[in-house]
Amino acid sequence: MTMRVLLAKVGLDGHDRGLKIVAHHLREAGMEVIYHGLRSTPEDVARAALEEQADLVGLSFLAGDHLTLAPKVLAELQRAKLGHLPLVVGGIVLKRDIPRLEAMGVRRVFLPGTPPAEIVQYIREGAQS
Amino acid sequence: MKKETFFTTDSGIPVKAVYTPEDFPERDYAAKLGLPGEYPYTRGVYPTMYRGQFWTMRQYAGFGTAEETNRRFRYLLGEGSTGLSIAFDLPTQLGLDSDDPAAEGAVGRVGVAVDSLADMETIFEGIPLERVSTSMTINATAPVLLAMYVAVGERQGVPAAKLAGTTQNDILKEFIARGTFIFPPQPSLKLALDIVEYCQRSLPRWNTMNIAGYHIREAGADAVQELAFTLGNAIAYIEAAAARGLAVDEFAPRLSYSLGCFRDLFEEIAKYRAARRLYAGIMKERFGARDPKSLLFRTFSGSCGSTLVAQQPLNNVVRVTLHALMGVLGGHQAIHTACWDEGFAIPSQEAATLALRTQQILAYESGIAHTVDPLAGSYYVESLTDEIERRAEELLRRIDAMGGMLRAIESGAIAHEIEASSVRYQQALDSGEKVIVGLNRFQSQEAEEAHGLFEADPRVEARQKASLAAVKKRRSQADVEVALRELDKTIVNEKNVMPAVLGAVKAYVTVGEICGVMRRRWGEYRGR
Repeated sequence: MTMRVLLAKVGLDGHDRGLKIVAHHLREAGMEVIYHGLRSTPEDVARAALEEQADLVGLSFLAGDHLTLAPKVLAELQRAKLGHLPLVVGGIVLKRDIPRLEAMGVRRVFLPGTPPAEIVQYIREGAQS
Repeated sequence: MKKETFFTTDSGIPVKAVYTPEDFPERDYAAKLGLPGEYPYTRGVYPTMYRGQFWTMRQYAGFGTAEETNRRFRYLLGEGSTGLSIAFDLPTQLGLDSDDPAAEGAVGRVGVAVDSLADMETIFEGIPLERVSTSMTINATAPVLLAMYVAVGERQGVPAAKLAGTTQNDILKEFIARGTFIFPPQPSLKLALDIVEYCQRSLPRWNTMNIAGYHIREAGADAVQELAFTLGNAIAYIEAAAARGLAVDEFAPRLSYSLGCFRDLFEEIAKYRAARRLYAGIMKERFGARDPKSLLFRTFSGSCGSTLVAQQPLNNVVRVTLHALMGVLGGHQAIHTACWDEGFAIPSQEAATLALRTQQILAYESGIAHTVDPLAGSYYVESLTDEIERRAEELLRRIDAMGGMLRAIESGAIAHEIEASSVRYQQALDSGEKVIVGLNRFQSQEAEEAHGLFEADPRVEARQKASLAAVKKRRSQADVEVALRELDKTIVNEKNVMPAVLGAVKAYVTVGEICGVMRRRWGEYRGR
């Protein structure tokens, strides 16, 4: 079965170079990538995850709004009965925020400089942890 | 390790071991270079360049509330900054008030929050507008922020005609990179031109647009694409302005440009020189400009943030020094140097001071500004300037063949080209072909997070919402309604929105309310 990965930018930030690079590498690795694009709302993400039958959701944050928005996406996924879906986050996140995101239920945080191969491998292995 | 035998610039242009007069014959001098301040302006837009005065040291700043930004601005001016550059938060850039649910978590985060004229008054408290020039990184909501600046000037007793500064007002690149668009491309373009037209009459010293390659580069474009797409956008604006009946020599002198400072020193310098020559030619030949001021590619340059890395962050100080060096040797009119801690957070005051000092050391200690265009005549730099010009011209011809920049943007072709470059760049990093010290080579055990990072104040959002509520209570609701109706009428009649927006901001109508009227008439653009 081809893995289906939903990628999105939630919040107002419009920088998606990094997320597009990740999308490219996941596609190269044979996965189906649904890129939901800029300014997706947490509701949009949950709806798309349901409709697209995503196996994993990835969000990119570069504007310091991850602690506000990641829990909202997690809550919307819960509401859509998708609480089991792994949510991974990448971008500019201070190291001290990582345990806080993980405690909220974010499965993994990828910091700037992470080789794409590492992200691909993690996702291919089903983000099991 | 095997020694390399094939070298290229950062953008993939082949580089030979040695350059000789064969690469730049003496006979080319007059046609391709000439003197600074003379056509085709390769060597600089002014005859004496930095001998007359140094470039403007313009540090990008803005965070939290208007009070905090006012303090940072006064500090930077006190330390010798010679121009201001405002960073606005994302809700302000996207026409949302701080109390809008969509703004949650973003208020005062990547820039200062501005809801109404009251915030702008606070930002400039104690800063006489006739003595500074202010650059605003604002696009979709540029008419509103410019109107507020005009209103602050009026309140300080400074007439609009004396205001100096820049609105970025380059909405086309928002559709290509960066992403802070609100309305569909056509009304967005109309708004951008409203500023051009309005300033022509009322703010003759204002730079109406800063057509920016910087963000295109940051989205992953290489140097040639950055230059070609910037010029492509410029051509689209100029054609649209002409279609509106504006005469090129009336508005072109107030267009300004911005290109990034990336990694490859000589390639970047060659890019700036090629940009000046190409632009002068386009303005003269394609648009028939007669006023020499219309031919000047006046530029603001800044450190490309994506060249800075979070690993071993103090190394960024060295990178930023190189950025400033490129900017000066490339002949820019204003320069922004990034702060070493930008990879993590809003720059701390200490880091912001160091970034400014970097420019001051280059200006006052290094001697590089004593003579104009010191690299002219370097066989390598001249040959690279020619090559970048040739490649950018070729790309511009392809854009013309696609039906112009607007069409190329709408079709997704431009975004596709940039993405392909971005992927290539990343692959070169992954394979180790390109090196970023501390990231993919010479890594060291990472210590704990850098110390002294700026901490976003979680109370900013609440404070901003409270002051917005106070403004709404204080103002005359009747005036607000009149102003909003007037704006709506202007939009329906397809008139220039600036006078109505100015009336609205003076009645303390908010950014969100003004953009709300526009949203209802023009709709929102969701992107491709």
